Amino acid sequence: MKRLIAIIILLIFIAGCKNKQINESVQISSDSKDLGDKLIEGTIGDASNLIPFLASDSASHQVADLIYNGLVKYDENLNIVGDLAESFEVSKDGLKIVFKLRKNVKWHDGTPFTSDDCVFTYKIITDPSTPTPYSGDFMTVKRVFNPDKHTFIVEYKEPFAGALSSWGVSIVPKHLLEGKDITKSELARKPIGTGPFKFKEWVQGERIELTANDDYFEGRPFLNGIIFRVIPDMSTMFFELKSGNIDLSGLTPLQYERQTDSDTFKKRFNKYKYLAFAYTYLGFNLQRKPFDEKRVRKAIAYAIDKNEIIKGVLLGNGVEATGPYKPDVYWYNGNVERYGYNPEMAKKLLKEAGFEDKDGDGIVERDGKPLRFTVLTNQGNDARIKTAEIIQRRLKSIGIDMKILVLEWATFIKEFVHKRRFDALILGWTIPQDPDLFDIFHSSKMEKNGLNHYSYKNEELDELLVRGRKIIDRKERKKIYDRVQEILGDDCPCVFLYVPYALPVVDRRFRGVEPKPAGIAYNKYKWYVPKLEQRY
Amino acid sequence: MGRYLLKRIWGMVISFFGITIISFFIINLAPGSPTDLQTDLNPRITPEIIEKLRKHYDLDKPVHVRYIKWLKNLSTLDFGTSLSPDGRKVIDKIKERLPVTVLINLLAMIIIIIVSIPLGLYISINKGKWKERVITVLSFLFYSIPSFWLAILLILLFGIYFHILPISGLKSINYASMNSFEKILDLARHLVTPLIVATLGGIASFSRYVASNFDEALKQDYVTLARIKGVPEGVVIRKHALRNALIPVITILGLSVPGLIGGSVIFETIFAIPGMGQLFFQSVMGRDYPVIMGILVLSSVLTLLGNLLADIGYGLADPRIRYR
Amino acid sequence: MKDRKSYLNLTIKRFCEKKSALVALFFIVALIFLSFSYPLFSKTSPDEINVDRILMPPSLDHWFGTDALGRDVFARVLYGGRISLLVGFVSEGIAIMIGIIIGSISGYFGGRVDNIIMRFTDIMLCFPVFFLILSVIAFVEPSIWNIMIIIGLTGWMSVARLVRGEFLSLREREFVLYERAVGNSNLKIMFKHILPNALNPVIVSAAFGIAGAILTETALSFIGLGVQPPTPSWGNILTQGKDILEIAWWISLFPGLFILFSVLCYNLIGEGLKDALNPRQY
Repeated sequence: MKRLIAIIILLIFIAGCKNKQINESVQISSDSKDLGDKLIEGTIGDASNLIPFLASDSASHQVADLIYNGLVKYDENLNIVGDLAESFEVSKDGLKIVFKLRKNVKWHDGTPFTSDDCVFTYKIITDPSTPTPYSGDFMTVKRVFNPDKHTFIVEYKEPFAGALSSWGVSIVPKHLLEGKDITKSELARKPIGTGPFKFKEWVQGERIELTANDDYFEGRPFLNGIIFRVIPDMSTMFFELKSGNIDLSGLTPLQYERQTDSDTFKKRFNKYKYLAFAYTYLGFNLQRKPFDEKRVRKAIAYAIDKNEIIKGVLLGNGVEATGPYKPDVYWYNGNVERYGYNPEMAKKLLKEAGFEDKDGDGIVERDGKPLRFTVLTNQGNDARIKTAEIIQRRLKSIGIDMKILVLEWATFIKEFVHKRRFDALILGWTIPQDPDLFDIFHSSKMEKNGLNHYSYKNEELDELLVRGRKIIDRKERKKIYDRVQEILGDDCPCVFLYVPYALPVVDRRFRGVEPKPAGIAYNKYKWYVPKLEQRY
Repeated sequence: MGRYLLKRIWGMVISFFGITIISFFIINLAPGSPTDLQTDLNPRITPEIIEKLRKHYDLDKPVHVRYIKWLKNLSTLDFGTSLSPDGRKVIDKIKERLPVTVLINLLAMIIIIIVSIPLGLYISINKGKWKERVITVLSFLFYSIPSFWLAILLILLFGIYFHILPISGLKSINYASMNSFEKILDLARHLVTPLIVATLGGIASFSRYVASNFDEALKQDYVTLARIKGVPEGVVIRKHALRNALIPVITILGLSVPGLIGGSVIFETIFAIPGMGQLFFQSVMGRDYPVIMGILVLSSVLTLLGNLLADIGYGLADPRIRYR
Repeated sequence: MKDRKSYLNLTIKRFCEKKSALVALFFIVALIFLSFSYPLFSKTSPDEINVDRILMPPSLDHWFGTDALGRDVFARVLYGGRISLLVGFVSEGIAIMIGIIIGSISGYFGGRVDNIIMRFTDIMLCFPVFFLILSVIAFVEPSIWNIMIIIGLTGWMSVARLVRGEFLSLREREFVLYERAVGNSNLKIMFKHILPNALNPVIVSAAFGIAGAILTETALSFIGLGVQPPTPSWGNILTQGKDILEIAWWISLFPGLFILFSVLCYNLIGEGLKDALNPRQY
């Protein structure tokens, strides 16, 4: 018995060693654009539903985006270009868009793609029985119609600046979905799209495998396939990356700075760095005292050392946020009040507001009431928790007592954010390509469940946000949002803290990875591996 | 016996309803709803969309109405559909996770039994000697280590430094192209580290349990009698003490039946194994009522059955116990 | 009365004969002392952030190194010990109190009362503990006290069963029958006369229970539902350290060792008590 076990263990070990040696015999090879090899990507969570507009999680979208196309897409420089549409034309008044569709596109099952699919997609998204979070984009549509198989026309009731980009929504196949209940459709498990990669297999909670679409309208991808491996634990993910079982994964700032500097790691991976489309902020509840006073909010903003947070939480891998856009996008206006670290100014502002430490307990008070508040954030986000801890220390030094409460997500949103039962919170917003901020800062979104949880109201801003939605011309629009950023900076309903860098690494054998404002993932179908370096 | 069984089964039915009612109401009273994960903080969501989603999932109806509806469906073995965006049948979601979890738990249980019984005997026989002390301290040590810490240490050791075992998951990427021998080997290699983590604590506590039972058995009158009669020590241990010492083992086995389908979130998260633990955790966090209820029904039925089997087995093995 | 005193003496004597348990007890007492007097040993406060000395290895300034925000791990581990030990004591205390009340009522009255209570206990035992904890956490905010209450509220079932078993066998004894005949109230008989005789298994299970509660808090920390920052606990320091084990071993090693050590000690104490309180051995 003992001997048998020993033999088994030995076998296992030997087999392990054998596997290992294959990987290490990589040679320098030519840079030819060969077909073949697979990309193995690590992901924290499994996808939920591969009909893209039924899912709202990023895991589902990163898979579905390779399988489906929209009529338009954002290119690497974040300009809107045609995707399934060969060309498009927006009328001067912005009330009508005409899409000319590509003629050589086929669904993965071989059926030709036509304008009927576009009309169908519109209908199914706006169908009240479809549980999708995306129908809001199409509220202002007057009608859609298709004069012929390759023309698709949308008409709007009023000008809508986000109209064109909303047609980046994935177009789904009419012939497979018509007359069926979309919530029970097989496509959620076995999607059929028009994209560069075809669905092959999905092992729940383990991996999703895609293969190259030979008939892709921009030509077959070089890679044979992409495999998404679900690894829920960050440290396990990093171990898998280090031992070469994963080709692409995001790093934490600590991993990026401290754990990937070894020569063996650098020999194997290329590290990339670009500003993520997200910012983190400290938001106040303006309904609660003393946050209804601009002075107090500003005092807190001055007391926070954003650079310290960037250094401590992101190890320098981020930039300070000054408004709801990141510095490298068109809409950014850096010429606003920036709230550099200035504790003296903070103390002065507090004093002006009547807050002083009279009883010598280290906490400032007004009319005998000490300045205490609780900041909420959600569980599971290490960076936000650390940010809170750093802010806590800084506020304490100017005499503000801040408590931290970390809540599980569902409770946090339902019981606290939506019901406005909080003093302040630390959260993040993603930065969408379209600059519209109506949902977040317009006063009409103050009521229950609205996203203006600051309960912030500024009449000039309200008016600008409404106007900004209706102007199609980019330059005219920018003027409006420049002013919006100035107002936000001055009113300070929230302290914009930082925009982190996204820190992906990709195995060196993949060529054609070009970091652009859109990141690196926009052109995976153009990545290739020279024959000699191919692994799978 | 027949009356006893009937009484027990009646009790089980009552317990079953108690469990489902309590859990259904707990879940439904908890703040948050399954639509949250889809709708929260998404700028595109309007109140109408939220209402639409709530209607779609029947969330606009009162709890007791939903419970009765759920019970009705259950009577036809219909566990309903998941409320997460995938909208799949609960039974399908459980079915695809079950084999992995059962495989690992079953293997772990077998290993624990195979190792613990001889180890327990060894401890008991060597009681008071240094060997016993070393084993005791070691077993307490393994029992006291937080499992995720042990898991990561082992992954680092076997996977990163020695490079002899895979790090996570159950199959290699090229699993599909292997022959059946390679497939078994591949699976075995992936299972080594998880099984070590899954069994160490169990071995530690179970072997001590066996040891104390054995101690107890050696003190019984019939063992003393056998010794007085001059039966050789080896025979005393094997024939008289051992058999009786193992009776409580049956109880424990019965009680571990529900454990077979219960996974551990922590374990599965670290080893990237898609099992029941992850499913359950995700469902609780996502307020996916039908899936939570499905898993609870399954595990409570197994628990109740396991209790019954343990009691019956106990009675069969030890005639001194009567059913009342 | 005299009887009880000599019994206590005997128990203590037996416990002291068990050297490992004695040593364990000594260590636990030392640990408690250390964690409550940490300011004497550590210059820095456990939440003194300094982003300029992130993840420094152990040195004379920082005996256990610094964590990801530059805080002193030694101070955090000692302070966290306070929390972790408190979690163990309070949550097990709650579990034992509930368990004793429910178990003694059930065992003393027997019959239908016993039936209903035990059915309920069985039902509670059917739930996976983690489910109970998760569902309670969904209701309340995860403050330290709530965590303790939650672990306590979900851990009383085995104590209740033990106490009930003892009560069932004790309630027919002569001394109980005598008290009843004299006309003493049920409450008095239950808690003054029977309970002291039924406590042995409870005390033993308490020692194991404290160990279990510390491990439960650690597990909760792993999934982010344990003691919340900035308050340190061994569980959340260990969890914080696990992702960076390779570059900052000190963050997980020290709290890990402390957890290991204290759980080990509680278990050894439990073993010692088991032998000392179990007169069947002699």
